[in-house]
Amino acid sequence: MSDNAGIKILICQGTGGISAGAKQVEAEFTRLIAEKGIVAQVGKRCDVVKTGCRGLCANDVLVDVITPELGRVTYDFVVPEDVAAILDQHIVNNEVIEKKKAKAYYNTFVDQQMRVVMTGCGQIDPERLDAFLEEDGFKAIEKCVKEMKPSEVIDEVKKSGLRGRGGGGFPTGMKWSFCAASPGNHKYLICNADEGDPGAFMDRSILEGDPYCVIEGMMIAAYAIGCDAGYVYVRAEYPLAIDRLQKALDTCYEKGYLGKNIQGWGFDFDMRIKKGAGAFVCGEETALMASIEGERGMPRPRPPFPAVKGLWGFPTNINNVETFANVRHIINKGSDWYSSLGTDTTKGTKIFAVTGKVKHTGLVEVPAGMSVRDVIYQVCGGIANNRKFKAVQAGGPSGGCIPAEVLDTPVDYDSLIKAGAMMGSGGLVVMDETTCMVDVARFFLSFTKMESCGKCVPCRIGLKAMLDILERITEGRGEMEDIDTLLEMGATIKKASLCGLGQTAPNPILSTVKYFRHEYEAHILEKRCPSNSCKELLLWQVVPEKCVKCGACLRACPSNAIKWEKGEVAFLVKENCTKCKSCYDACRFMAIE
Amino acid sequence: MSNAPAEEIPAEEIDLTEANEVIDKYLTLPGNLMPVLQGIQEAYGYVPKPTIDLVAERLNVYPSQIYGVLTFYAQFHLKPRGRFIIRVCVGTACHVQGAERITETFFGRLGIGHAETTADLRYTFEKVACLGACGMAPLAMVNDDTFGKMTVQKVDEIIETYNARPMK
Ligand SMILES: Cc1cc2nc3c(=O)[nH]c(=O)nc-3n(C[C@H](O)[C@H](O)[C@H](O)COP(=O)(O)O)c2cc1C
Ligand code: SF4
Ligand code: SF4
Ligand code: SF4
Ligand code: FES
Repeated sequence: MSDNAGIKILICQGTGGISAGAKQVEAEFTRLIAEKGIVAQVGKRCDVVKTGCRGLCANDVLVDVITPELGRVTYDFVVPEDVAAILDQHIVNNEVIEKKKAKAYYNTFVDQQMRVVMTGCGQIDPERLDAFLEEDGFKAIEKCVKEMKPSEVIDEVKKSGLRGRGGGGFPTGMKWSFCAASPGNHKYLICNADEGDPGAFMDRSILEGDPYCVIEGMMIAAYAIGCDAGYVYVRAEYPLAIDRLQKALDTCYEKGYLGKNIQGWGFDFDMRIKKGAGAFVCGEETALMASIEGERGMPRPRPPFPAVKGLWGFPTNINNVETFANVRHIINKGSDWYSSLGTDTTKGTKIFAVTGKVKHTGLVEVPAGMSVRDVIYQVCGGIANNRKFKAVQAGGPSGGCIPAEVLDTPVDYDSLIKAGAMMGSGGLVVMDETTCMVDVARFFLSFTKMESCGKCVPCRIGLKAMLDILERITEGRGEMEDIDTLLEMGATIKKASLCGLGQTAPNPILSTVKYFRHEYEAHILEKRCPSNSCKELLLWQVVPEKCVKCGACLRACPSNAIKWEKGEVAFLVKENCTKCKSCYDACRFMAIE
Repeated sequence: MSNAPAEEIPAEEIDLTEANEVIDKYLTLPGNLMPVLQGIQEAYGYVPKPTIDLVAERLNVYPSQIYGVLTFYAQFHLKPRGRFIIRVCVGTACHVQGAERITETFFGRLGIGHAETTADLRYTFEKVACLGACGMAPLAMVNDDTFGKMTVQKVDEIIETYNARPMK
């Protein structure tokens, strides 16, 4: 931390913050600080710092005020109109504005986490190199270059136990050693920032909030492997991440942290950004390389492995954003420290993107091995709207659903796989009793079918056939044999597909059949969707006994299909209803079904 | 999404200056086909047919290879697009929070479906997979403006707002 005597106002400006109006809030602070002569009034520096995402985007705009007198205080849902009061009351008069202060759960949310990778996110200005340097930025690469042989760097990473955060969990140090062992002076390093998994956004937040830590991680890897050129492949849907990273790269070149003979250390490294163009399969490493080469992003058979023959035929090493972001901490604090965090097989911390029907959606970083239950209930406050937990989907389109019975599964690579899901990139989508598991399986399959590159038959044709069956079931036209057919086809597609997309696409079906077979059966045998989700099977009416006459449904209905008077039970007019389910979601008493 | 429906390609006259500038910029860069096409799309809002012929000639690649790339990636467009691009996220987090009724309401109100443009060129509608702000699901975007925690009512508010905006 830098100058402690001054006042700092941290304004969260990740994508979440900006869409909630953080830029306007920042402008108002800057304007009023000058206009009111705040610095002269309090006799201290007063810096407005634009930071990346702090994780609890649902409460944006988040503003932290740090003063010597009151320490750090967080305000949430800040709008420009609040700014004058914060300046007058908090900063000039040293009084916390209790009404605006983030509620107790905010501290719970923050305190239950353990931030290693995301220490800089939400703390430092991602567009200022100095801010990174003050946090020991580039100290780790300096230490590597000056004090360690490349093989020692690799050993240190091996000893730390770091495994790739991009999904597969391959040991990072080992991966580096393969590429280091390949002959040749020209090698490539690629940072995979495609983040195609819907529901995960940690890579984006790291790039937006602390881009230099990824650059440093890549420099360390480059030094260890002996490679001189790198790409960051970022998905095009992330314009802010691309913008911040590009600024960071430009500054690094300007200040001699990239290019030839970096800082006079006798070490060269060049890197540039490659923008994706919207294809999920490009996250797969061989497809990603084809895409950088300017072709259709189709996976290639392996071997040859990228470590031997990768980008343009040169040895290439690919890691995920979060993987690279871990590296500087391992070098700075040592592999012993790092491997003391986490479980036997999964070291360090893991960032999860917790979304869906949970009270506090957001990004959380916890030591590997915390139970799924604790992530959802302790850190994220449990299920929203008094509803019942049903399942959590982990690992995205390659993963599976974890039901209540196995909520105590620790979040590490191996335990999650045992539970029928997987870590994937760390998306946790929480589902309650209103989510239909057959529909969730159908959703993932329509995603993977759409994103299949079409190169191999089992994936191209098989996924389509499975999707057809699932659609039939959700429309009430399924038959009992369908379930077995799905299981058989799933097993074949997993075995016969060329790349990870096809090899894992059936997982959401397999895990939902395993844990929620009764829901499939209800759709098939009773033509009923137990979660009131599948449109074709909805009867749709208000259950008078459950209705508490609150009128929330009336306000939610866009189609004039609800009749309600104060003190009366609501009534649903079927002719007007489009089955949009807005009323169902608005009703906190499950009175519509 | 990758499997956009096959689109008709309108014949047209077009000023190629900007396309030439984009090509100049990336001419010597290895793997330049995608950045060139991305640059052209940024300049014209889509990839017009005459620019494809130009790229083929100047980068010395077959037009078929260019079409291969253009049709593989979701973000290339072969037809002019609307003044306002409405994107609704249909990623997992948004799906469980009811993205489908948001898309359907847009379809109903605008009279167009996925990857279509209104006849007056005011709106193009697209379903997209994950915009990376899943904490605020369901999510919609109009050009660069983000709308979190979408509801069916907000659809009408959005359309009203952008109906009132000038076309240029
Ligand atoms: C269909 C498919 C999509 C993938 N998408 C991503 C992605 O978006 N980001 C990522 O880091 N890895 C993704 N992966 C995994 C990568 O291929 C690769 O294993 C990973 O980037 C290696 O980095 P790590 O060792 O640091 O985990 C994907 C794999 C498959 C099969
Ligand atoms: S498994 Fe699917 S995505 Fe992968 S190469 Fe085959 S067709 Fe393409
Ligand atoms: S929201 Fe539910 S409880 Fe309230 S009036 Fe409507 S049906 Fe009844
Ligand atoms: S489903 Fe939609 S249209 Fe039908 S009553 Fe509920 S809110 Fe109204
Ligand atoms: S799933 Fe909709 S923004 Fe991520």
